[in-house]
Amino acid sequence: MAQLICKSVSIAYEKENVVEDFSMEVEKGDYISVIGENGTGKSSLLKGILGIIPLKSGEVTFSDGVKRNNIGYLSQQNPMQKDFPASVGEVVLSGCLTRKGFLPFFSHRERERAIKNMDRLGILELEHKSFADLSGGQQQRVLLARALCATDKIIFLDEPITGLDPIASKDFYALIEKLNKELGITIIMITHDVENALKYSNKILHMHKYKYFFGNKAEYLIDGGCTEECMCEKHQKGGK
Amino acid sequence: MSDFFNQIATMFSYSFMVRAMFIGGLVALCASLLGVILVLKRYSMIGDGLSHVSFGAMAVGLAFNQAPLYVAIPVVIVAAYLLLRVSENSKIKGDAAIGLIASSSIAIGIIINTLSKGTNIDLNSYMFGSILAINKEDSVLCIILGIVILVVFIYCYHYIFAITFDENFAKACGIKIEIHKTILAILTALTVVIGMRIMGTLLISSLIIFPAVTSMRIFKRFKPVLISSVAISMFSYFVGMIASYMLEIPTGASIVVCNMCVFIFATVIAKILKK
Repeated sequence: MAQLICKSVSIAYEKENVVEDFSMEVEKGDYISVIGENGTGKSSLLKGILGIIPLKSGEVTFSDGVKRNNIGYLSQQNPMQKDFPASVGEVVLSGCLTRKGFLPFFSHRERERAIKNMDRLGILELEHKSFADLSGGQQQRVLLARALCATDKIIFLDEPITGLDPIASKDFYALIEKLNKELGITIIMITHDVENALKYSNKILHMHKYKYFFGNKAEYLIDGGCTEECMCEKHQKGGK
Repeated sequence: MSDFFNQIATMFSYSFMVRAMFIGGLVALCASLLGVILVLKRYSMIGDGLSHVSFGAMAVGLAFNQAPLYVAIPVVIVAAYLLLRVSENSKIKGDAAIGLIASSSIAIGIIINTLSKGTNIDLNSYMFGSILAINKEDSVLCIILGIVILVVFIYCYHYIFAITFDENFAKACGIKIEIHKTILAILTALTVVIGMRIMGTLLISSLIIFPAVTSMRIFKRFKPVLISSVAISMFSYFVGMIASYMLEIPTGASIVVCNMCVFIFATVIAKILKK
């Protein structure tokens, strides 16, 4: 059973479509890398699926236990967060917000959850440090811990390794793989790093302007890596 | 020294002084809490814009013989809503929108005030504030509003933090951020309307910006920033009030100068701590 179904989704800014007639089904435990050039609507598609920007048409359905309020999201680096006064603990705990009841404070259970996730990502000793003082790699771990507080089913990542040094990005890939393999969390990640995308993921979504390939890595390697002009069957509108 | 305490004792024997102390303190508290959020969200100048709108609304209210507060509150809430919410999506960006709304309100306020010959309000007291501005009837309303602002802020604290830190994440989690942003707009509007009577149209924004910026010089975590911001704001308010009474200088200006001194002091401390 699919966790996420997109049915002929279109997204537009002003009048121009950025995503047109896009469909896919995401199974539990998938590790999907979203690749493609700038301006093909990768981020817009993610935001559309998450409900951050409205869809022009089409439908996005979550099922198999995934609901709108237990989705993890790691957005592109936000320059405003660079000097934001917040401790690591405060940031991670804010991921538990949708689990909070009517009381204005977090309960013991939510704090435990935050601590467990910080521990899992090896940032527990940073709990009282300021988020702004951390290195890029550490900041991404904090944001990932926050996403894990929000969900244990599916995480969307928007270029998480952009700006990380090679060692930090290698660590980050290892972490994501661990979450995917050991905890069975579905991963959907936008990246420009095609090499690692092919190394780690089981499915590839390659976005061109209004044309999409979506399928297994093996299929992609055989006939997916065609150029933008290609109109082979795999590149027809809507992927499959 | 005893002379100093005698003077303070006399100061508190005036009921209007006690009222101004209490209501002003409450405003300083609310403004410093909201200020942290507004400064981080890059909406620092909204206080300035809203106080201008409040000025215009009060002038209109007076011209039509209505209680100024009751006219100003709904008008300023609408303006805050427009500035915080609508300007995000529109073609006129936030700072330009504030500039437009602020100067238009002042212009309308002054024209109406001049045309309505019957009234004779002291524009100076509106511009620079006056501790005599809030009468007994208004003070009850102000206290109720102040307490409402505090309670709502504390209740929504975690949501406000999440939305301020990362709006998109909050949205992706399915949090209804529109509601919370509207709440923020209403709280800001109420704080500005109450505060501008004492601080004045031109000076109220300092109550929002200074404490937040000062505490962010020293503290790097959210809760300490909020708490120290409140402490700095209250301290500057009361010291400013006392200085204004002792030296017979305008209250609003005196409070701003106190805030400024604390800011400079904090900047120096932060520089020393860094070394």
